Amino acid sequence: MNTTILLFLIQDGITNGAIYALLGLALVLVFAVTRVILIPQGEFVTYGALTYATLSAGQTPGTAQLAVAMGIVAFGIDLFLARKSLHAMRVFRAFAVDIVFPCAILGLTLFAAGRHNTIAINTALSLLIVAAIGLFLYRIAFQPIAHTSVLVLLIASVGCHLAMQGFGLVFFGAEGLRGPAISNAALTIGPLSFSGQSLAVYGITIAFIVCLWLFFGYTLYGKALRATAVNRLGARLVGIRTSLSGQLAFLLASVIGALSGILIVPITTLYYDTGFMIGLKGFIVAIIGGLVSYPITAFAAFGVGIVEAFSSFYASNFKEVIVFTLIIPVLVLRSLAAPEVEEEQD
Amino acid sequence: MSQRFSILIFALIMAVLPLIPGMPPYWIVLLDNIGLAALVAMGLVLLTGVGGLTSFGQAVFCGFGAYTTAVLSTQYGLSPWLTLPASLVVSGIAAVILGIVTVRLSGHYLPLSTIAWGIGIYYLFSKLEFLGRNDGIGRVPPLQIGSYQMLDAGSIYYAIWFFVIASAILTLNLLDSRTGRGIRALRRGHIAAEAFGVATGWAKLLVFIHAAVLAGLSGWLYAHFQRAVMPTPFGAQAGIEYLFIAVVGGAGYVWGGVLGAAIVVILKEVLQGYLPLIFGGQGQLEIIVFGIMLVALVQLAPGGVWPWLVGLLPFKTTSQRPDTSVALAAPARAAAPAGPLLRIDNARKQFGGVTAVNDVSFDVGAREILALIGPNGAGKSTTFNLITGVLKATSGTVTFAGQPIIDAAPQTITQLGISRTFQHVKLVPDMTVLENVAIGAHLRGRSGAIASMLRLDRADEAALLAEAARQIERVGLGDQIDHLAGSLSLGQQRIVEIARALCVNPMLLLLDEPAAGLRHMEKQRLATLLRQLRDGGMSVLLVEHDMGFVMDLADRIVVLDFGTRIAEGTPQAIMKNPDVIKAYLGGVA
Repeated sequence: MNTTILLFLIQDGITNGAIYALLGLALVLVFAVTRVILIPQGEFVTYGALTYATLSAGQTPGTAQLAVAMGIVAFGIDLFLARKSLHAMRVFRAFAVDIVFPCAILGLTLFAAGRHNTIAINTALSLLIVAAIGLFLYRIAFQPIAHTSVLVLLIASVGCHLAMQGFGLVFFGAEGLRGPAISNAALTIGPLSFSGQSLAVYGITIAFIVCLWLFFGYTLYGKALRATAVNRLGARLVGIRTSLSGQLAFLLASVIGALSGILIVPITTLYYDTGFMIGLKGFIVAIIGGLVSYPITAFAAFGVGIVEAFSSFYASNFKEVIVFTLIIPVLVLRSLAAPEVEEEQD
Repeated sequence: MSQRFSILIFALIMAVLPLIPGMPPYWIVLLDNIGLAALVAMGLVLLTGVGGLTSFGQAVFCGFGAYTTAVLSTQYGLSPWLTLPASLVVSGIAAVILGIVTVRLSGHYLPLSTIAWGIGIYYLFSKLEFLGRNDGIGRVPPLQIGSYQMLDAGSIYYAIWFFVIASAILTLNLLDSRTGRGIRALRRGHIAAEAFGVATGWAKLLVFIHAAVLAGLSGWLYAHFQRAVMPTPFGAQAGIEYLFIAVVGGAGYVWGGVLGAAIVVILKEVLQGYLPLIFGGQGQLEIIVFGIMLVALVQLAPGGVWPWLVGLLPFKTTSQRPDTSVALAAPARAAAPAGPLLRIDNARKQFGGVTAVNDVSFDVGAREILALIGPNGAGKSTTFNLITGVLKATSGTVTFAGQPIIDAAPQTITQLGISRTFQHVKLVPDMTVLENVAIGAHLRGRSGAIASMLRLDRADEAALLAEAARQIERVGLGDQIDHLAGSLSLGQQRIVEIARALCVNPMLLLLDEPAAGLRHMEKQRLATLLRQLRDGGMSVLLVEHDMGFVMDLADRIVVLDFGTRIAEGTPQAIMKNPDVIKAYLGGVA
């Protein structure tokens, strides 16, 4: 093999790895705060990417309507749960978040669709839509069972994945879509040429990791999330609203997922079910990080990205086999290193 | 109504179903599919519902079974009946290899890893040349008995349901046995089970293999039913669906797996048939409904349909009381030499810089009740853990009946004749008192998994249960023998732990705060019981905070403070000892 191919593969691996790093970070975040293993993370990716691509093509994405529908369900659940102590303020707040917010997004989307919008507007709209879906997903599917075991949450998570993937097919059809690049600039250093898009991927990944680090290290909300992650009951006792922490975690995760999708949809064609595989690779990365460590997760992401790039070059048939069996030695090392946990009380 | 009778009725109904005149052939196909899914779900019930190991990858084992028979019967022309053992062995071996890696994982790592290898192996199926890549293997021969070929859905129906019912019986037999109790303790209560000699690592691997072999059997039947094998039905989606089936039916119940398979297969059929009519023809709408139902199910009815259905039945299944006249041979042990039974000599345990036990020495004589007391953090529980082998001492020796046991495994120590109770009660809450106590006799039984499945373990099992029942009578809980352990009061649960410890037929009984949570009368009864045990030749070492109880009961007392022995003597002497008073009440410096 020559150096050009080597460098090219490494570059490819780093671009993929950056996306896995973003997803891995989101998965770690959600697991740490809510104990939900977020299988539908992949759907956030496809929803973000395909919403962006649909908007760019001048059409109205079905995800905007889904956000409104989920908002209505969430409103119903809120009213039902608070039926013993309904007062105007509470109803008003729930109405604002569950009904007004998604309807406003839908209005904006309908207004924007069919016009020539800048990429920034399309990106912002896509992120808003998916953020609303992420928030309502937590409130509908996970908040009522937030206290149950990891396994129950995992099964619910799989259910969400199935439903969202099915909706994805309804909204976007079986054909793949591509979106316009954020930047068409190109940079050449020696034998390597970087497209503006891949530079955007690197830049945004690094920016996000720094932001997350600052958020968790230096803000009150970040610390509240960490406190919830360490001890749910303890966090409640010192006055942290743990359901709010869960909503915040899902909001962040859906935004990160949608952003990853928007970043890669100009590079590769995405289908309604591509997200699952991308999300699973994010998982492998997150598991290597033990679902707790952000820096290890980021490093593991680049490792997985590079292994994937090399195996798709040398053994493209067995690319997926290699990537998915990569996890087994990692898991073995993890389980040997970690002491056996005390039995679960469920 | 006995279980055997219910199964017989079920088998008869299933046998008659296809003979009903006017039965649409399509329904028979559905019943076949239900049977195939039920086999896999039954394995998952054991693995996930009972054993607590969640697997999303069971579809892969169906794949091993199906591909094995497809390759052997098409390329080597073997008869399907010869490939049956091959299919089962291949899925079993795959389970051993994957299981050795997987069952070691704890918590959420385990289900995630099953997703990972599930997808990896699915891709392997679809890429390997000799498995026909994505096209799979066609022209698989049908099953055949003599010259009768099982070509259509109606003829293979009997083969499928024969295997379903046989597997259900074997699985139920396994659960109702010595090995089964070990399996049922895996999810909640594995620490105590391990202390009484249940090899939990092996039990996990065993259920993993059992589930995989059932899935392999389903794959073998599937290959000869469809007469072709393709990778698609062995992917991640199918793996998720099997878990869904088990959860719908009731993940803790073997028949829940069968019921869940019926519900899901029929529902899927109905949804695929009607949803496009209602919403227009686009997309996999049944997937959406499925997903939403899964979420709704875990929120509204996490237990599944089967337990709810059984609750509706007007009659209850009755359990028989064990015949206490069956004797269980006492474990063979070398006679203890004269002198103290247990000798602890300069035992020391350090955790990093903290010395929890600081060169402590004391003896427990034969027929003696020795109490170990001291303020919180004095090192009492650590000393217990050094004796029972849960922790390894940093230095020093522990000798029991003349044998050094400082480096012995907890199970060896149990076998030598030391048994214990736990400070925080560790019982399996969803097993009866009898079954919990019988775990204590685990090492005194011999029957393994295969013998249990084939019901060759009955004599052994009767002796174990009789011993358990005798010990329950002895501690005075005879009336609660059939109750679930979780339904008892905390004080009664502590007594159940003592009965379980007695099942070891110990020479030395270690009790960690046995009187905590007991009412006054219960304490008095416990004291009487312990005195009886001592007079019968047993030694007792107990940690206790209730001074009234200790002073009244103990022959001798050892006092620890900050890991060091500060006093030893009779209760009267200890009560007057100035160091002890200082340790408990604080002294004037």
